[in-house]
Amino acid sequence: MVDGSSENFLRGGSAAQDDGEVKTTAIRFNGVSRHFGSVVAVDDVGLEIREGEFFSLLGPSGSGKTTCLRLIAGFDQPTAGTVEIFGEDATATPPYRRPVNTVFQDYALFPHLNVRENVAYGPKVRGDSKPMRRKAADDALALVALDGYGDRKPSELSGGQRQRVALARALVMQPKVLLLDEPLGALDRKLREQMQGELKTLQRQLGIAFVFVTHDQAEALSMSDRVAVFNHGRIQQVGTPEEIYDRPQMPFVADFVGSSNVLPPKMVERLTGQSAPASLRPESIRIGDGPVSGVVVRRFFLGSATRIEVASQGVTLDVLLPKGSDVPATGARVSLAWETEALHVMPDGDHE
Amino acid sequence: MNDAVAGAPRSAGSATFSRLSDILWRRPNLLLLILIAPPMLWLGIVYLGSLFALLAQSFFSIDEFTGLVQREFTLKTYAELLRASNFDILLRTVVMAGTVTIAAAIVAFPIAYFAARYARGRWKAVFYLGVMLPLWSSYLVRVYSWKLILAKEGILNWVFETLRLTWLLEAYLSIPIIGGNSLSVSWTGTFLVFLYVWLPFMILPVQASLERIPPSMLEASGDLGARPGQTVRHVILPLALPGIIAGSIFTFSLTMGDYIIPQIVGTSARMIGQAVYQFQGTAGNIPLAAAFAVVPVAVMGVYLALAKRAGAFDAL
Repeated sequence: MVDGSSENFLRGGSAAQDDGEVKTTAIRFNGVSRHFGSVVAVDDVGLEIREGEFFSLLGPSGSGKTTCLRLIAGFDQPTAGTVEIFGEDATATPPYRRPVNTVFQDYALFPHLNVRENVAYGPKVRGDSKPMRRKAADDALALVALDGYGDRKPSELSGGQRQRVALARALVMQPKVLLLDEPLGALDRKLREQMQGELKTLQRQLGIAFVFVTHDQAEALSMSDRVAVFNHGRIQQVGTPEEIYDRPQMPFVADFVGSSNVLPPKMVERLTGQSAPASLRPESIRIGDGPVSGVVVRRFFLGSATRIEVASQGVTLDVLLPKGSDVPATGARVSLAWETEALHVMPDGDHE
Repeated sequence: MNDAVAGAPRSAGSATFSRLSDILWRRPNLLLLILIAPPMLWLGIVYLGSLFALLAQSFFSIDEFTGLVQREFTLKTYAELLRASNFDILLRTVVMAGTVTIAAAIVAFPIAYFAARYARGRWKAVFYLGVMLPLWSSYLVRVYSWKLILAKEGILNWVFETLRLTWLLEAYLSIPIIGGNSLSVSWTGTFLVFLYVWLPFMILPVQASLERIPPSMLEASGDLGARPGQTVRHVILPLALPGIIAGSIFTFSLTMGDYIIPQIVGTSARMIGQAVYQFQGTAGNIPLAAAFAVVPVAVMGVYLALAKRAGAFDAL
């Protein structure tokens, strides 16, 4: 996606990711809340996004993730708390003075301008000369592999192309942080996966922080350096995709990310002696001689695997059987086994 | 076979109807034709037909001795439009229509913007009521009440007097052309009444066009560094332009065609509407009346062509 003509977008040293170096904080939320009347959209959120990282805000709709993004962009002001951008309190800074740019969910391209004019909009209102902004726009369009599309109207483009124009329009401003609000939501699956790869590559090459809002847990896990899982306006857990997936701290995180089985405290107490909910991944369970047995209630053929639901002691467990393994019939009685470390107890998850 | 598909037996009458709806369902174009034929005939014959009759009349002339219409093609009548006294009428009317339109756009925009962006629920209802309510009362009543407001003994004079600002009003009225003996017999008075009467026709289309701008478009502009003023100039105005043009078609053509307001409020100098009224009535000069009536149509045509050239409809 990146070619030679666009090297001015690449930031010298930070372009290559170096896990050893200490990153400065790009965005910091200090006790941020946002109320809409009696509705609490964001509830006392503390958050730190580092320079150059791919950070995802993951959660179901209405969980407050988009509101958080709008608070960073400045479209919305917090009811309480402060938002810092590169160490400066930006709570009262209007959007047009913030060093961040946004890719909107509906792309928000200007219909009366052609593609080049759309991309050159930022440089134009900044006061750049005509040749300068034309060159900047063409470079940005090259960056997203849309060279030669400058004279078209947004209405003449496909969804994926509009997406790239929106991306180019934000990147032409050379933001220190790029905000993306469910940018892939409207694309079909194939295109979506392609764009995921391209976005990831682009982020590595530009070396700037991407803050990515999504409700798709697979998307968040595959693309991010770190993920914040939101529910009811609060952050449930922040961590690397591996941490979130393997060691969820809340039943909500276990269930929302990877649809894990959440075992009730009673069952866990019988298995481990600890009275707390526990997460058990469907793919970690196999059929064999184990501590839990139950009846197969339903079967779902998924192509690469088969998922079965096993009812046991009032709990329904999802079990993912890889292709090629024997799938028990509905109504069959099976015993379930797993490696001890696959059962992840969540001591903090009680109060949820 | 149809019965088998349709299921339950029906009476003869409903069977005919259901056969009819089946036919129409299979031929959607037939239904469309039935639906649009009457309005198309109305438009074609009553509207366009009379317009062409008018156009044809304007190419006839009147015999100066007998006063009879000569049904022969001539451009003589149009040449007569260019006579100083007639041309003044045209110029006066076009300038008035243009001024009213510009003023209406300036006054309507903030009102429409408030209604489109901020008014919700009850406030929206108040907005529509406020804009539409004047249209429910008689046009003549409204124009006459303005005559009273603007008259020398009227409420506006009283307000100026109370504020000890009579000198200001006098100074304004002493300006040639737009001033006069009192506001009710000045061009300013005519202008104010036109502005008041046609304003709703500007507000509503502008409001509709502003309503169609998604909020994210304005956020995107700010996000890219545009200050609010720049967002208005580079995003909101261009996107609202089709609405402003639609509104200006109303205010412009309604002002050009009106013959009652300039008769009740303003000077004795005539506008196009009054000229048409007099030439086809008392003077009996139908061709000249027709030629006068063609002018607004031509002006609107030129205006729209220019607007299209300038890209006013690009956002549509």
